[in-house]
Amino acid sequence: MELKKSKACVLRVGGTNCDLEVKVALEELGLKTDILHMNQLADGTLSNYQMLVFPGGFSYGDYVRAGAIWGKEIFTKLRKELGKFTDDGKLVIGICNGFQVLVEAGLLPGNSVAGVPTASLANNSSAKYECRWIYLRVESRQTPFARTIKVWDTLWMPIGHGEGRFILPSEEALNELVKENQVIFRYAMPDGRPADGRYPHNPNGAAYDIAGICNKKGNVMGMMPHPERAFFGWQTPSQRGKRKARGDGRCVFEGAVEYIKKY
Amino acid sequence: MRTMKVRIEVRLKAGHFDPEGDVTSKSLRDLGFPAGEVKVGKVYTVDVNAGSREAAEKLAQEMCRKLLANPTKDDFSVEVLTVEGRATQKDKR
Repeated sequence: MELKKSKACVLRVGGTNCDLEVKVALEELGLKTDILHMNQLADGTLSNYQMLVFPGGFSYGDYVRAGAIWGKEIFTKLRKELGKFTDDGKLVIGICNGFQVLVEAGLLPGNSVAGVPTASLANNSSAKYECRWIYLRVESRQTPFARTIKVWDTLWMPIGHGEGRFILPSEEALNELVKENQVIFRYAMPDGRPADGRYPHNPNGAAYDIAGICNKKGNVMGMMPHPERAFFGWQTPSQRGKRKARGDGRCVFEGAVEYIKKY
Repeated sequence: MRTMKVRIEVRLKAGHFDPEGDVTSKSLRDLGFPAGEVKVGKVYTVDVNAGSREAAEKLAQEMCRKLLANPTKDDFSVEVLTVEGRATQKDKR
């Protein structure tokens, strides 16, 4: 689809943040982006968009569990429309709290807005809110969001979360996720080896160092790190007085835009 | 239909690491308490309209399955505390 005719939608509720950063990132790549509050979504609104973003933040104050309330709101109000949206192969990304929301809605790692989570983003093992830059290892290119990067590339992005320890109910469920190439990003050492559970490289104790996963089809992805906070070079911390020319998070959005062009 | 107050307790499943409980235990020991393992949970008291105690309990369990507990990590228990403002038998004891 011609990029000029395509649009992305960043959803917002009380407590979300970084919605504007995502809009700026996508528009920099030529994809027009609207920021809409959940209450502004009328029947059929979603069908105007090629991509849907659940941004970071603390939706509904993280009450009950991070992402739980918004996740259930999606189940009750948006189940059918979002189901059609993902069935059509359109893109959905959940960043940080957005990832927690997609898990609570049942959309990740499952395949439908079932309303019942099949995984959990539990409290960080460190019992701290972890807010810093971390290394990621690209594990799979199963999702369009990772199409412009290479497997085993190392990316540098910031995180900011208290509940990011990705866990699954069983070892089999984890094996299945790995086997299906649904693990996209893993926390890594600076040299690109997996963190292997070691703190501080794995900041939250996530199983298999999981930082981001996609659904079986690949068009729905959730990740704890914030690619939109590492989009421009000037957003990255300077190292020996030098900054990167472009942020490592840029590739996530570039992958999405490339997919939309071919959609 | 009667109004009943239901107490819902959501806690981590056995064997799941509880970072909040862990640091709470350390802090209690720092204060001189002989504290061992601490587990932190959440308690909700919900007023529900139901035909019987059993129906109220069923509703509360459904609330846990649909919102209050994540089956990957949480266990829950429910208990009817009062029926139309009166304490239930169990509560009087």
